Amino acid sequence: MSRRVVISGLGPVTGLGIGMQSNWERCLAGESALAPITAFDPAGFDCRIAAQVEPYKISDYVPKSYRKATKVMARDIELAVIAADCAARDASLLTPATDPEAAKSGSLQPTYAPQRVGCHIGAGLIAADINELTEALVQARDDSGAFDIHKWGDTGMGHLTPLWLLKYLPNMLACHVTILHDARGPSNTITCGESAGTLSLGESLRVIQRGAADCCFCGGAESKLNPMAYLRQQMAGRLTAAGNDDPTHAVRPFDMNAAGTAMGEGGCILVLEAMETFEKRVRQPLAPGSAGGAPAEPGANGQAYCEVVGFCATQTINPAKRNLEPNEDGRSIVAAIWGALREAKLEPDAIDVIAPFACGVPMWDRAEAAALRQVFGQRSAMIPTLSVKASVGNCGAGSGAVDVAFAARVLHSGKLPKVINRAAPLPGIGNGNLTTDRLNCALVVSVGFGGQNAAVVLKRLN
Amino acid sequence: MGWITPLGHDLETVWAAMLRGDSGVDRIAHFDATTFPSTFAAQVKNYDYRPYVKHPQWHEGVGLNTGFALGAAAQAWQMAGLDEAKFDRQRLGIYLGSGEGSLDFDNYVWSNLTSWNAEQRQVDTVKWADAALKHLTAVREFEQEPNMPLSHLAMEFDAQGPAYNCLTACAASTQAIGEATEVLRRGDADIMIAGGAHTMIHPFGVTGFNRLTALSTRNDDYAGASRPFSVDRDGFVLGEGAGMVILESLEHAQQRGAEPLAEIAGYGSTADAYRITDMQPDGRGAIAAMSQALADAGVKPGDIGYIAAHGTGTAENDSIETLAIKAVFASDGDRSRVPPISSIKSMTGHLIAAAGVTQAIVCTLVLRDGIIPPTRNLHSPDPACDLDYVPHTARKAKVDICLSNSFGFGGQNDSLVIRRV
Repeated sequence: MSRRVVISGLGPVTGLGIGMQSNWERCLAGESALAPITAFDPAGFDCRIAAQVEPYKISDYVPKSYRKATKVMARDIELAVIAADCAARDASLLTPATDPEAAKSGSLQPTYAPQRVGCHIGAGLIAADINELTEALVQARDDSGAFDIHKWGDTGMGHLTPLWLLKYLPNMLACHVTILHDARGPSNTITCGESAGTLSLGESLRVIQRGAADCCFCGGAESKLNPMAYLRQQMAGRLTAAGNDDPTHAVRPFDMNAAGTAMGEGGCILVLEAMETFEKRVRQPLAPGSAGGAPAEPGANGQAYCEVVGFCATQTINPAKRNLEPNEDGRSIVAAIWGALREAKLEPDAIDVIAPFACGVPMWDRAEAAALRQVFGQRSAMIPTLSVKASVGNCGAGSGAVDVAFAARVLHSGKLPKVINRAAPLPGIGNGNLTTDRLNCALVVSVGFGGQNAAVVLKRLN
Repeated sequence: MGWITPLGHDLETVWAAMLRGDSGVDRIAHFDATTFPSTFAAQVKNYDYRPYVKHPQWHEGVGLNTGFALGAAAQAWQMAGLDEAKFDRQRLGIYLGSGEGSLDFDNYVWSNLTSWNAEQRQVDTVKWADAALKHLTAVREFEQEPNMPLSHLAMEFDAQGPAYNCLTACAASTQAIGEATEVLRRGDADIMIAGGAHTMIHPFGVTGFNRLTALSTRNDDYAGASRPFSVDRDGFVLGEGAGMVILESLEHAQQRGAEPLAEIAGYGSTADAYRITDMQPDGRGAIAAMSQALADAGVKPGDIGYIAAHGTGTAENDSIETLAIKAVFASDGDRSRVPPISSIKSMTGHLIAAAGVTQAIVCTLVLRDGIIPPTRNLHSPDPACDLDYVPHTARKAKVDICLSNSFGFGGQNDSLVIRRV
């Protein structure tokens, strides 16, 4: 009764680039986008490197009619909007945003009826722009220079733009994406640390499986490259202080010499579709007159990238660490992996490649490696495990969807990216030189700050 | 079921206050708001989460929102008899629609001002990092993450199953109940804790809503300020608190001999896909959410005996919600087909992410007691709001099925159908 679901569009936006092509080429080559932070002067922080998204103009990624709305987009929102644009175009979806001319003239024939398109996006806690806010706050100082809340209430707050709050509501990522692509179906915003994007994929999967939508945008995006969000990362003690002079080797997933993670900004939006509706729309030629501006070939050369065959979410219980770290034996990660395999009706032996969370924080990586050893036994060291965060950093709420995109691309292309920064693998983890002649099934694991875990199993389409 | 609200800290006290039409609105005590456009809010009073929890040491330093969540969940847990029950903790999940915590306002503002470079019109981030690292504290910062209420409930109740927090603005906890129901329907868990917790009664929260001109500024009449469906309504009143429900598959509840209070029979979720600030003027998304929830429950509009309205008291929401309700329930123009409607926000204020779950609890109590709570302050009905909103006084009514609506900023619409078992 449950419908089958495929991934038909990939829209990663990371330090490696905007869109799948540059991300994939640079990931295959084993490049790292980590570099000194330029978004703000990071000299006051221990870790001063990150993977920043290249300069872009947000107006290039929205129809002209929507440019005004870009003024109320925090950077997290911009990144999600760009990623959704990339994903929709990659899937050859006709929407008001991918075919604005047709939308304007009223001739748009969207690929899906708006009511059948859902949107589930993972978001972080979005920090207010510190300069914009402080410029208003300084208007409310008393004669001694101290903040005067009476002055703030009276006149100070008036220096903020009326729509100020709307820049920072986490659901505004999904809100803008639903408006741009006219997605009127089930919509949700998940805020669960680094698992948020993966859990959002799970929500889209369930919605399509149960028939509440045929097509969904899902994934996540975040930028913690602002002083307030970055401060929290420093306080969490997970960032490496050892890589400032050698950024591209700083993040070492599953490596004995790992010293911490570094932030990336960005994320990824994916297009998920019911297999039956995807196959139907790929078989049907585009309606005459609707082709204006739309890519000619739906999906990845007329195919979907892969099928999503298993998903499971679990919660870590680790009160001694206030759930801010996984258990040392990774038991809740184990439970998530087993749950996803069970739904996929697959044994661990079927998994050919893993996109792990592996963010380069020694304690976290050891816990995840322990989980992989427990599920895969001695075979764990023989399964290629990607090193995505060595390349793009920890993209927060966006990271899980980035991992899914790379795993999907691996299955579709049959190629493995070069593993980097893993000279001395943790026990039970393979080194970077593993090869495999079979790439049918991939496992993606997400482990979030706050204890939410998710596992996804992807399967190659024949 | 359990809740911590501006009207009290336990199920029956709050319910009795609602049936009396009490107001929980008062002068803002959390901070000095005397010069703010809105000086009042509905605040939770004299509350301490610690008596509710078994492991207070795990929760030291939590934000108000998480404290509310713990108290509400502990009540729900106890009412469901789960302390005595034996079940697999991997089959116990949580789906919350909780809001973020509050900024450490004084220390944050001090850090910003002390590092402001007036010439460059920007914060010197090196100075700022130095100041902030000295004055802001790690626990206080981490506790602002929106998944913290979820994380603390998971610890307290050893919930190892599926765990989600959704933050779809004012619709969040209605959506959480709907999605938790879907988790149970799929068989991914046997029991789900669902609900939400939130406070935005802090300087930047009130600032944000005041700048949007979304809040009532009726500073001379606090208790009369939240007036949904009234012609002179001038915005909503911020509230705070939490509500939690224990959802369980019927089979699991029956096996352990638990008495169900009500059934979550239907859920609908849509997006307006219209504008970031405004509701779609025809109520397109709201109509679709209500229709989906009814269809999901397999009931007809005529089967509904009570509607717990989103009813915020903003000019826009109340007229469009009315329009949408009429489109679903009186498509032939016969308003007598529309069941009684009320807005508890007239009494509790708007609990934002936590608003929806309080309505779901109210619906369950309406089914239990056969009485509908009133809409307070509805002295001058808006001609555009021409339905039966049960003004002033609670009303006895035999109700078998209820509908509850939540609509969030950004065009998020969620509806639940709640039915007598």
